[in-house]
Amino acid sequence: MSTRMFGAPVKRNADSKFLKGEGAFVDDIPLPGVKHAAFVRSPFARAHIKSIDTSAAAAHPGVLAVYTCDNIGPLDIEMPLLIPHESMTDARTQRPLARNDVYYVGQTVAMVVAVDRYVAEDAALLIEVDYEPLDVELDLEAAVRDGAPLVHATHPNNVAADFNQICGDPSAGYAEAEHVTRIQIQVDRSTSAAMECRAVAARFDPITGELIVWDTTQAPISVRGGLASILQLDEDKVRVVAPDVGGGFGQKVLLFYPDELLVPYAAMQLGSPVKYIEDRRENFIGSSQERTQIHMIQLHAKKNGEVVALKDFFLHDTGAFIPYGIAVAQVASTSIAGPYRIPNIEVRFQAVYTPTVPVTPYRGCGRPQSCFAIERAMDQLAEDLGLDRFEVRRRNLITENQFPYVREGLLFADGLRVSLDSGQYHKALDMVHDSIGADDFPAQQEAARAEGKYLGLGLAYYVEGTGLGPYEGGHIKIHPITGKVYVNTGLSGQGQGHETVFAQIVADQLGVAVEDVILTEGDTGAYDWGVATFASRAAVVSGNAIYKTARIVRGQTITAAANMLEADPEQIELRDGAAWIIGGNRNVPLAAVATATNPLRYAFNDAAQAATQFAPASRHDGPPLDEGQHPGLEATDYYSPECATWAYGVHGAIVEVDPDTCSVKIRKYVCIHDCGNMINPVIVDGQVMGGLAQGFGGALMERIEYDADGNPTNANFVDFLIPYATEIPDVDIQHLETPSPLNPLGVKGVGEAGCIAVGATVASGVADALSSLGGHKFHHTPITPSMIFDAINPS
Amino acid sequence: MKPSLFDYCSPTSVGEVVAALVADPGAMILAGGQSLVPAMNLRLASPTRLIDLKNVADLADIQVDNGVIKIGAMVRHRDLELNDEVYAANPLIRKMMRFVAHVPIRNCGTVVGSLCHADAAAEMPLLLVLTGGTVTAVGPDGSRDIAAKDFFQFHMTTSRAPDEMIVRANIPVLADGAGYAFHEFARRQGDYAIAAAGATVSLDGDNRVTRARVGACGVASTPVLLEAVEQAITGAQLSQSTIADAAEKAKDAVTAPDDMHASTGYRKHLLAGLVRRVLGEAGQRAAGGAIK
Ligand SMILES: Cc1cc2nc3c(=O)[nH]c(=O)nc-3n(C[C@H](O)[C@H](O)[C@H](O)COP(=O)(O)OP(=O)(O)OC[C@H]3O[C@@H](n4cnc5c(N)ncnc54)[C@H](O)[C@@H]3O)c2cc1C
Repeated sequence: MSTRMFGAPVKRNADSKFLKGEGAFVDDIPLPGVKHAAFVRSPFARAHIKSIDTSAAAAHPGVLAVYTCDNIGPLDIEMPLLIPHESMTDARTQRPLARNDVYYVGQTVAMVVAVDRYVAEDAALLIEVDYEPLDVELDLEAAVRDGAPLVHATHPNNVAADFNQICGDPSAGYAEAEHVTRIQIQVDRSTSAAMECRAVAARFDPITGELIVWDTTQAPISVRGGLASILQLDEDKVRVVAPDVGGGFGQKVLLFYPDELLVPYAAMQLGSPVKYIEDRRENFIGSSQERTQIHMIQLHAKKNGEVVALKDFFLHDTGAFIPYGIAVAQVASTSIAGPYRIPNIEVRFQAVYTPTVPVTPYRGCGRPQSCFAIERAMDQLAEDLGLDRFEVRRRNLITENQFPYVREGLLFADGLRVSLDSGQYHKALDMVHDSIGADDFPAQQEAARAEGKYLGLGLAYYVEGTGLGPYEGGHIKIHPITGKVYVNTGLSGQGQGHETVFAQIVADQLGVAVEDVILTEGDTGAYDWGVATFASRAAVVSGNAIYKTARIVRGQTITAAANMLEADPEQIELRDGAAWIIGGNRNVPLAAVATATNPLRYAFNDAAQAATQFAPASRHDGPPLDEGQHPGLEATDYYSPECATWAYGVHGAIVEVDPDTCSVKIRKYVCIHDCGNMINPVIVDGQVMGGLAQGFGGALMERIEYDADGNPTNANFVDFLIPYATEIPDVDIQHLETPSPLNPLGVKGVGEAGCIAVGATVASGVADALSSLGGHKFHHTPITPSMIFDAINPS
Repeated sequence: MKPSLFDYCSPTSVGEVVAALVADPGAMILAGGQSLVPAMNLRLASPTRLIDLKNVADLADIQVDNGVIKIGAMVRHRDLELNDEVYAANPLIRKMMRFVAHVPIRNCGTVVGSLCHADAAAEMPLLLVLTGGTVTAVGPDGSRDIAAKDFFQFHMTTSRAPDEMIVRANIPVLADGAGYAFHEFARRQGDYAIAAAGATVSLDGDNRVTRARVGACGVASTPVLLEAVEQAITGAQLSQSTIADAAEKAKDAVTAPDDMHASTGYRKHLLAGLVRRVLGEAGQRAAGGAIK
């Protein structure tokens, strides 16, 4: 038997091309004669547009077209509300180019297409827009007060959605409680800052009528569907390709960004390829962001620390529009009880319009905020009751025999009930306790304080609903000439390593080398059923679809090979790229099996010659292909999860706060993590570590800053601080593998995991470190030096 | 992020550079491009012409001569940082240069470019102020030396006339027996300082301070000498407590308003802490042992 590839630390098979600079990103697609788009964007957070004068730009040498809302035909619409929900009325979405009003600094007002980007930018500066600025309110709490300036006149108090969910009997819980812990927490806005900003290129072929769009999207099939409907084209005449994409993190799952509609439209209008490559500033002011939430959370507990009810109310900043519906707030609200039993829950949120870049999911999608709320509250509860922080959690964790643990009444972002499927929550807590050295820590802390050093232990637990439906598909074909295995799925990769993990799944079933499994994803020309990459779902949903498909192709291969070798199917094993008689030397290469299952007239190659050495692949009478039979070794199947599968983990940290510089050093960081069966531990580590890095950014540095007028003031990498490698500590990542009972592979998602608990862990550590210097609680991230200064030097 | 149209020339002599500056008031000198090119891409700077120094003869020389380190206009940060003769003449330089951006940027960026750019949080301007160095400017009327304290006028503004080119910076060697130190705090390694402090201290046999230079950047609109601190320790016997008292006096030098990275209150606190560290370390170097 060949060794099993599922679970093996196989090296990522796409890395060498990326490391050698051989990736092909949207801007690398050769498009002879391509024209370049640039945008005029609103300089005001809220304003009426009195007039737009494009004449000078249109006359500028090298300009092909200038578009405003008045000459974009079918695109002069409010873009789709992707996920409608009963909690929203008249949900507001953006128009590709502003008509009458602008709602945030950066909103697209006009588009110029010119011979190159330089000329396009020069011409964009020649467009004169006369604005009448309006009042704005940037503060989330102030925005919901009566009399606050409105983003949309249609929405009093700026409330875009108001939603209350109840699990159990909260009133009974409140009555039963002997203690209430109440805290208010805030997590600030950030952005995913993918290495590659967004990009779109399009070419229309007037002869075939085909429109090809290259797009950095995480959702090519959905983009195709939307484009076809809005441009009124036949779906089959629109091909959307997401080529290599340098990071997505959710920002690229929103559709549509204005350019995704306008660039294809311009390509059709102008009869010439057009592209738009977003620059970093535009990414900061034009592509969606996430995080600001303010929670007022209460834990109603018994004296022994058992939490009997949780009440949370939070404000969620949705920016100027709400195209992705309430997804972020809904994920936050349904994750609010974390890994704890807490039988009674009342969680309500208001999504609030602010005159800022629209908010859609960014890696973590509401979970970092809800984790921060519940975990900081758990620390406070421990303090209030004089309990150890590990102990208070231990007393509330769901135990292994309680799975599946259903939170009746809470509907997750897939519209299905929250049901935590499996886990070893206590074991994970014990692991972090021991690895971080919790028993010895108090003595160390004391000794350090005697030397003027401030050490703290941070702790936070999280759960993550992953692998949401509705479905994905897998298509597999063994190539008759090469014997290589071609795999397709509908979602697309942005560097996660899909091509490696999906290959591992297939390699095991078909007995081929991982390198001989070739994945094509993100191209509607190759495969066009599916949804998108989001919600840590690729491994779970596409992975299981591909697994199921591989099982079918395995069956086909074994049947055909048994016929060819004149053996029973039970006597056949697949390994080393061939079908073998178990225990013998007789074998037939997969290329020959694939060829033999495809009745040929011309024996044009070695595989065909080889196939003739064997008995027929199919034992039936009549024409070469039997009724209902298809040629080749090929299948398609789908996986549609019954509900989300819940991964979880717990982080522990030893931090040191320097009271002179008011800075935080992470001395030690432990991450215990469980995503069910790991397909590839190298890739899991990479995903977790990448998430952790974004988590450290959010914990200590990253915050999108707006001034009181709504101008972004750090829309660049000088002042928006993403941690460098030098700021990321070493992390001890340890895995548990509790299989999910919900899917054949037993896997759970891992894409977002790393980032969720970092803010809460770091804040917990900083608060512990400074408990002897004023006792500030650090209920707000990012924790900046100025915040630490204020905490230890109360004025 | 594309610059607006500009002309380009690459003269071969200082005279031609000056002539080009005189001929086109909208022209700007291009050295390593590490500050100017991003500013152009953001259209924060829109020069009509770039005068590239790369082909001008003899600008990449470093000379240690008569107690002065002379740094030509095209000496890259990294060349100065790694130069052993410079290190021997004034080890403070290497110490500070490690904080200038990152190696790839130091490979391209020039010391004189950094001085001319005059960011109020940058290390090289502080070095010039702290050491009492000068720059040599050449204009249509000839050449002049400008003292550090006169050169830096405001954040990103110097007293260089628009038609002058800075041909070199001149930094004194470290005084015999002097101790030196530099500390900086930035939120990420290689970023501009939120605050930084440097010091050189000379002591007599009794650990009494005979001469002290203490300076800071990131705290005002130009790098500043912390004269109140200097006065507080000059003549005093260096001890942990004289250091701590003197460091408190640094706080008044902080005039930078609150910004997104630091409140003024925090910056004062930070600067005092940094000054404590540099005085302790410089004193220790001068004394050849820990300061009690
Ligand atoms: C990511 C990043 C991080 C950085 N971090 C730091 C940091 O921590 N500390 C720091 O100090 N700097 C930092 N910098 C800035 C860098 O050090 C400066 O860009 C560089 O030193 C300036 O030199 P240059 O040769 O690149 O100048 P250029 O960009 O070519 O020019 C800068 C300015 O000086 C003018 N100029 C240049 N030479 C002359 C001359 N001989 N005569 C007259 N005018 C001249 C130019 O016209 C221009 O206005 C950073 C830069 C980057 C990109």
